[in-house]
Amino acid sequence: MSDSTHHTARLIPDRLTSPLARALRSWEALLIVVAVAVFAINSFASPYFLNAWNLSDATFNFTEKAMIAFAMAMLIIAGEIDLSVASIIALASTAMGIAMTAGFDTPMLVAVGIGTGVLCGALNGFFVARLGLPSIVVTIGTMSLFRGISTIVLGDEAFTGYPKSFAWFGQGYVWWVFSFELVLFAVLAVGFYVLLHRTNFGRSVYAIGNNPTAALFSGIRVGRVRFILFLMTGLMSGIAAVCLTSRLGSTRPSIATGMELEVVTMVVLGGVNILGGSGTIPGVVLAAIIMGLVTFGFGLLNVPGIVMSIFLGLLLISVIAVPRLIRRWGK
Amino acid sequence: MTVAPAPAPQPVLRLSGISKSFPGVRALSDVQLELFAGQVTALIGENGAGKSTIVKVLTGIYQPDAGVIEVDGKAVQFATADAAAKAGVTAIHQETVLFDELTVAENIFIGHAPRGRFGLIDWAEMEAQSRALLTRIGADLDPRLTLRELGIASKHLVAIARALSIDARVVIMDEPTAALSHKEIHELYELVERLKAEGKAILFISHKFDEVFRIADRYTVFRDGAFIGAGAMSDVTEGQLVQMMVGRSVDQIFPKRAHNIGAPVLTVSGYSHPTEFEDIGFTLHQGEILGFYGLVGAGRSEVMQSLFGITRPSKGACRIGDSVAVIRSTAEAIGQGIVYVPEDRGRQGAVKGLPIFQNVTLPSLGRISRGGFLRMAEEFALARDYTRRLDLRAASLDQDVGLLSGGNQQKVVIAKWLATKPRVIILDEPTKGIDIGSKAAVHEFMAELAGEGLAVIMVSSEIPEILGMSDRVIVMREGRIAAELTGSAMTPERLVRAAAGIAEAA
Amino acid sequence: MTKILKSREILLALAILALIALISTRFPGFVAPANLANVFNDTSPLIILAIGQMVVILTKCIDLSVAATLALCGMVAAMLNGMGVPLPVILLAAVVLGAGLGAVNGWLVWKVDIPPIVVTLGTMTIYRGIIFLMTDGKWINAHQMSAGFKDLPRAFVLGLPVMSWIAIAVIIAAALLLNRTALGRSFYAVGGNPHAAVYTGINVGRTQFVAFVFSGALAGLTGYLWVARYAVAYVDIAGGFELDVVAACVIGGIAIAGGAGTIAGAVLGALFLGVIKNALPVVGISPFWQLAISGSAIILAVAFNARQGRAKGRIILKSAEHRA
Repeated sequence: MSDSTHHTARLIPDRLTSPLARALRSWEALLIVVAVAVFAINSFASPYFLNAWNLSDATFNFTEKAMIAFAMAMLIIAGEIDLSVASIIALASTAMGIAMTAGFDTPMLVAVGIGTGVLCGALNGFFVARLGLPSIVVTIGTMSLFRGISTIVLGDEAFTGYPKSFAWFGQGYVWWVFSFELVLFAVLAVGFYVLLHRTNFGRSVYAIGNNPTAALFSGIRVGRVRFILFLMTGLMSGIAAVCLTSRLGSTRPSIATGMELEVVTMVVLGGVNILGGSGTIPGVVLAAIIMGLVTFGFGLLNVPGIVMSIFLGLLLISVIAVPRLIRRWGK
Repeated sequence: MTVAPAPAPQPVLRLSGISKSFPGVRALSDVQLELFAGQVTALIGENGAGKSTIVKVLTGIYQPDAGVIEVDGKAVQFATADAAAKAGVTAIHQETVLFDELTVAENIFIGHAPRGRFGLIDWAEMEAQSRALLTRIGADLDPRLTLRELGIASKHLVAIARALSIDARVVIMDEPTAALSHKEIHELYELVERLKAEGKAILFISHKFDEVFRIADRYTVFRDGAFIGAGAMSDVTEGQLVQMMVGRSVDQIFPKRAHNIGAPVLTVSGYSHPTEFEDIGFTLHQGEILGFYGLVGAGRSEVMQSLFGITRPSKGACRIGDSVAVIRSTAEAIGQGIVYVPEDRGRQGAVKGLPIFQNVTLPSLGRISRGGFLRMAEEFALARDYTRRLDLRAASLDQDVGLLSGGNQQKVVIAKWLATKPRVIILDEPTKGIDIGSKAAVHEFMAELAGEGLAVIMVSSEIPEILGMSDRVIVMREGRIAAELTGSAMTPERLVRAAAGIAEAA
Repeated sequence: MTKILKSREILLALAILALIALISTRFPGFVAPANLANVFNDTSPLIILAIGQMVVILTKCIDLSVAATLALCGMVAAMLNGMGVPLPVILLAAVVLGAGLGAVNGWLVWKVDIPPIVVTLGTMTIYRGIIFLMTDGKWINAHQMSAGFKDLPRAFVLGLPVMSWIAIAVIIAAALLLNRTALGRSFYAVGGNPHAAVYTGINVGRTQFVAFVFSGALAGLTGYLWVARYAVAYVDIAGGFELDVVAACVIGGIAIAGGAGTIAGAVLGALFLGVIKNALPVVGISPFWQLAISGSAIILAVAFNARQGRAKGRIILKSAEHRA
């Protein structure tokens, strides 16, 4: 008879592994520990840290980036990437500036900003999902293209003088210390959690990220899913452009430069595999909070922005490197 | 069957006590192998017997967990592919591993190109030597062509020339005839004879018994990663070899089943594609298993994939039941009740990285969700029901599919399709590369499905499987239907003749 | 003949010639030999970096840190000059430092197995950050540099500036390396079929490491040239230049998936961008257009590459063979 000795001939248990056992071993658990540690260090390092209004201010460090990071996380899980997000912000903000100069009021400005983001996302999606071009090159191209168009319009100038009512999106508070951006962040976090972890669409994203061919052979409309993901990333960049422009009150040529790096760092720090296939929204939320707290802490200690970016670069590499090195040395 | 004492002098290469394990799989356990100068040793075993693993050990890609490799009686270690090559061991691989963007000459000499002045590659010398090597094996190829421009048979010749270029003492040929035409196969046999005459020790890996009996001097049989036996070809019969290979007599392998063939389910007529197939027409009935036989590259998978909506035919019609079906995407095919278990399980079948239950429910997401939101309990129940039906062996349903053995992965893929409640299931080489236990389970399961009234198409290149399982066989050759055989006409000889385009014997 | 016309390098060269011809119909001064030499000289840094980047891309990697490496090495060169270090030592130091920074990238890719894009996105900020830490954000201006330091790239030898000669030397050396050495061919092998490369005894990770070192060394060399030529060094020099470098490669037909591309392609890709950049002010278009134009060129080029390289299904029907 066939000797199938290497089979464990036991029945499959009638349930999945306990969620608690999983959670304790997860990347998210590690992130919570880090977040608590950063919080504790900050409160020791600066007497100004533990103050509701200061903490509320700290959230502005991550809310806009996190909005994009949610969509970017899904995109990266699906095995794609969008490096043009910061340029989309620049273009959307420029479009709002043009609309403002033309005399449009707040509702129209918001529509223009979000609409521009969606259009940019659709363009990326068209190149990647319809023409089958590699997303990294396409979005390096559109990164130049979108910011280039913005540069053509702006030159060395800037748009300022946005209407008072427009300022609410980046500066207004819904209730007490809870800013509009913070509330929007929370709502989007829940929305993206449900979308990625509780819907057909989210499941398709994981399947495509792990094996696009098998996903196609399983009846998933791979091209359509990819297109929607780029559209969503554009949409979130448009929304972030509204918030950022409103908060800054101006559109300058350098708006959001380098933000794509911070967004990708946030996503990777959140435990999303840069090669696609795995990652969670709670992880990205935690990564956003950690990055916000660190930035804020550095700010309180008067550390210049560029040092912060060195730290981010080191963080990006070490969050991937450390677990791999530990695994190697553990053997 | 025991080991016959080696009549020849000292073997050029001897492996003994070799074991190799991977997470979850014991690929080789305590196997041995001897190769002699000027002799062809056939390595025989079913898919999954450990043949590719031993090739990788021999070529320095894998390091064995235990065991000894001896060259001319001296123990050696092949720590890298380089070390194996330096010891004179070279392999011509199953999927010819070469570089499409480089030239023929470079492919032959990569890693040991002739150097000229200042240590720079001497292209003229390299091309001259390549031309000489190619002439030696009777290949009329321009060494300056890039490999991309060549057909599969020519690439094969390049691989052989490469093996000769490093002055190998041991040449491993891993399924060398799989993708070759009849004429090319004969040329290959001549080449093997020439290599033998030059005193090379040849390890010839093949599934095909006619081939083995024709060119091998000795045999070694592996089964499920273990050494079963070795000896001279002249001392064994085909039946004995088969028995060693499968571990039981041949006619017990296939399940007996009732033949309750019902109404037509799928009618295909005039299906054509610009480059892949032409004028394909057949009718598939309820409860029927329709076999598709042909040589590798006859266009069978291409036809099946167009029925499944992966590629679109340029002409032709397809009816499901009584209505005309238009299939433009896999989603539409699944909607029409046609599902496809692909040959390339790793790339097209299982989604490695996702847990078992999510693999099973992937094409059925619509059924286990409301308004796009997943119902976790329903999802789990669906996955549990179908994996149980297939007798899947796994630690838990949230185990990563990638960690399962090939046979169990195939069960997951089949479970995935059954969960969609299909009317037609197409299985493309369903038992390729899986162990014997799972193979039998898949066969039994196919019989059961047909018994329940499902219409089954099975694409297979294994003659026993085709003959043992099918009610009817369609043979394809070069993109066309070459023959349709039923009942007593279904003989191995007729299949092979139709597939190879040889006229019936008078 | 058709084969030559299909060659992407010839097409690109024709496109550049057409572009120059078009410009010269309205602005004849553009085709004056002196001006064309000037365009070439101006494009030299891009050519050198594109060659380094090409080798990295051949091995299925990408180096987004080239501009940051350039800036850091340029700054170090300027600082060494300030300390009175002799010029040959400065040059050597810039190249060695660049190679070292490339080695960091390569080590992380090879030994720690981090995807190249993540590694170089990270090191890109780290390397620039280091400049800030070294200088506190201060500039080194022309008057703080010695004359010899500034003059070398601009000195004329046989009718061309030294910078052009260096670019030409790099082109020739890289062509020899890629076409005539085992290492050069292994770059192609590693990117074209990493699996098969292992079987032929090529160490994929180590080859990628070498590619990063090569790219870093060239970026270090360019760092000195850049700082000396523009006579200024600060944190943000060549900011975003890595995109131009990748653009030059993509336009030059270097397959981003690795394994295919030629030196001629990389050089022509860089020249294409260089001609556009130099032509804009001549034709009277604002230089603010340059970014958008190079972005469009990247997208067009990658779309064109994909059309050319589209995998064909296998041809089974005998009747279809001669048609294909």
